[in-house]
Amino acid sequence: MPTISEKILAKHAGLKQVEPGQIVEAEVDYIMVNDVTGLPAFEVYDKDFAGVPLKKEKTILIPDHYVPNKDVKSAEQAKAMRDFAKRHKIKNYYEVGRGGVCHQVMIESGFVAPGRLIIGADSHTCSYGALGAFATGIGSTEAACAMASGKLWFRVPETQKFVVDGKLGKYVMGKDIILYAIGDVGVEGSLYKTMEWYGSAIEKLSLADRISISNMAIEAGAKAGIVPPDEKVFDYLRSRVRGSYKPVYSDEDANFSEVFEYDAADIAPTVAEPFLPENAKPAADVSVKIDQAYLGSCTNGRIEDMRAAAKIIKGKKVHPDVRMIVVPASTEIQQQMIKEGLVDVFINAGAFVSGPTCGACLGGYMGILAKGEVCVSTTNRNFIGRMGDKESKVYLANPYVVAASAITGRITDPNDL
Amino acid sequence: MKTEGKVWKFGDNVDTDQIIPAIYLITGDSKELARHAFENVRPEFPKQVKAGDILVADNNFGCGSSREHAPRALIGAGISCVIAKSFARIFFRNSINIGLPLVECDVRAKEGDTLEVDFDGGKILNKTSGKSYTFQKMPPFLMKLMDAGGLVKYTKKQMKN
Repeated sequence: MPTISEKILAKHAGLKQVEPGQIVEAEVDYIMVNDVTGLPAFEVYDKDFAGVPLKKEKTILIPDHYVPNKDVKSAEQAKAMRDFAKRHKIKNYYEVGRGGVCHQVMIESGFVAPGRLIIGADSHTCSYGALGAFATGIGSTEAACAMASGKLWFRVPETQKFVVDGKLGKYVMGKDIILYAIGDVGVEGSLYKTMEWYGSAIEKLSLADRISISNMAIEAGAKAGIVPPDEKVFDYLRSRVRGSYKPVYSDEDANFSEVFEYDAADIAPTVAEPFLPENAKPAADVSVKIDQAYLGSCTNGRIEDMRAAAKIIKGKKVHPDVRMIVVPASTEIQQQMIKEGLVDVFINAGAFVSGPTCGACLGGYMGILAKGEVCVSTTNRNFIGRMGDKESKVYLANPYVVAASAITGRITDPNDL
Repeated sequence: MKTEGKVWKFGDNVDTDQIIPAIYLITGDSKELARHAFENVRPEFPKQVKAGDILVADNNFGCGSSREHAPRALIGAGISCVIAKSFARIFFRNSINIGLPLVECDVRAKEGDTLEVDFDGGKILNKTSGKSYTFQKMPPFLMKLMDAGGLVKYTKKQMKN
C-alpha cells in the first residue's frame, strides 16, 4: 500500500519498500543550487571534496536571487558560481539572459519528470511535485555532499491526501487552493509530510496552477507536494524532457496519514495576511490600501499568470498611488509575453515590466518596500521584513487579485471590480 | 556530552528571515552572519549573545527558507544548542548536517534562565526553576551523523569505503 513518495524513495534507495519514519540513503537524479545557496556549497566542495570528480551530469547551477548582479557582493557571489561551473566543467549552468528563476528553469529545461528524485538548495524545490517527481528542499553543505557522492539521506515522509472536488469560482486559481489549505492546516500542519493532491478540481487545473500548489507545500511545513501526473504533464514534457521516465502513483489503498476534503465552491479569491502564509482570508473581506502590486516569482510568474493579470488590467490604469511590478519567471516566459502583446498591456496600464529574477520576493531588489508600505504579491511568503523594511507588510494573493488591487489601490476581489 | 547556558526565549514559527534576513545572504561565514542574527526582531541579540547561550522556542522553529545561513549564524553566535517543541524540516537537517545540536523537547523556561542539557542522558535541567525534562534521543542514523562530526565527514568516510 505504498504512496508515491514511498515508491520513489524506495526505488532510489535500492530497497523493495520503505516505511514512513525510516531513514534511507538514496541516489538522487538531480541536484540544483542557486547563487545564494551555491556559494556555501562551492566553498564546502572545494575545501572538503577537492580532487573528487563532481557528478556534473546531475548538477544544475542557476543564478536567480540577486542577479542580474544586485551589488558588488552579489556580483562576487554570482562569479563564484560561474567560476565553479567552469572549473568543474558543469554544462548545466544558466547564465543571466538565458535562464531565470531556478524552479521555472528546472521545469522548462526538462530535468523534472514523474518518478524522479530531485533535490534543490532552495525551499521551493517542492514545486516539481506538480510533475509527479519527489522533489524537496535541502541545504548547501548537503548539496555539496550530493555533488560529490550522488546520494543523500532522507527520512521517508507520511503522506496526507488533499482532495478538492467541484467547480472553482471565477478568478479562483491554484494559488487560492493552496492558501486555503495552508489556512486550514497551518504553517506546521504538514510538517515532514508529503501533500498529495486529488479531486475533480485539481484534475481540471492547468500545469501552471498545479505548480503554484506544489510550490507552497513548504509553507505548510511539508517535505513534498505531489500531484499524480496525467496527460497535461506528459504533453508538456513531450518536447522538453531529458531522458525517459516512468510515472509513479500511490496504490489504491495507500496509507495516507490524514485526508482533507475541500469543496472547490468554498474557495474564494484569497489573500494571506501578514506575517504568516496561514492567515488566509477571502480578498473581499480585506480592506487595506496598497503601495505596490507585485506579479511574479516561482509561485506565479508563468505565462498563464501573466495572461490572468493582463485580462484584468487591459485598458485600465494602475492606481496613481500604486506601483505595479511585473517579473516573468524565465527568459522563455518573457519572450512569450512580448509575443502575446502582454508587455504592452502592462506598460500601457502604467506597470513596470522587468526581466526574469527572484527580485523582490525575498527582499532582494526590483521593488523593496519602505517602512510602513504595503504590497499585495503573487509570491509565497509574508514574514516580517520579507520584502523590505521590518515595518512593511506583504499580502499574498493570486495574479487576478494583484491586478485588480493595482487598479483600485486597495486589496480587491476581482469579482468586485 | 553536557552543556550549560543562558536562555534566549522565542515563541512559535521563528522563521529563517527572522534568524538571518535575506540581505545578508552574500556570505557563508558564520561569524559574519552572527553579526546580523535576529536583527529585525531582537536587535540586541548580536551584541548581547554569549558563547554557550541556549535558544528555547515553541513550535516550528526555523520555518521558511532552506538557507543554511540560519544555523550557521547561530553557530557563529556561539549558541550551544536550540531546544524547541518542534523544528521545521530543512532547518533541522541543515543543523544536523553542520553540527548545531538540536533538542526536541517541551521545556518551560524564561528569558535568562540557566539550563543544563545532557545529550547522552536525554535530560534537561532548568537550574533556575529546578524543573527537569527528558527528551528522546535522535534516530540512530542521525546520531551516527552527529557523532561522525556532520555530513561532510560522514560522506567522506562513506566514499573511502
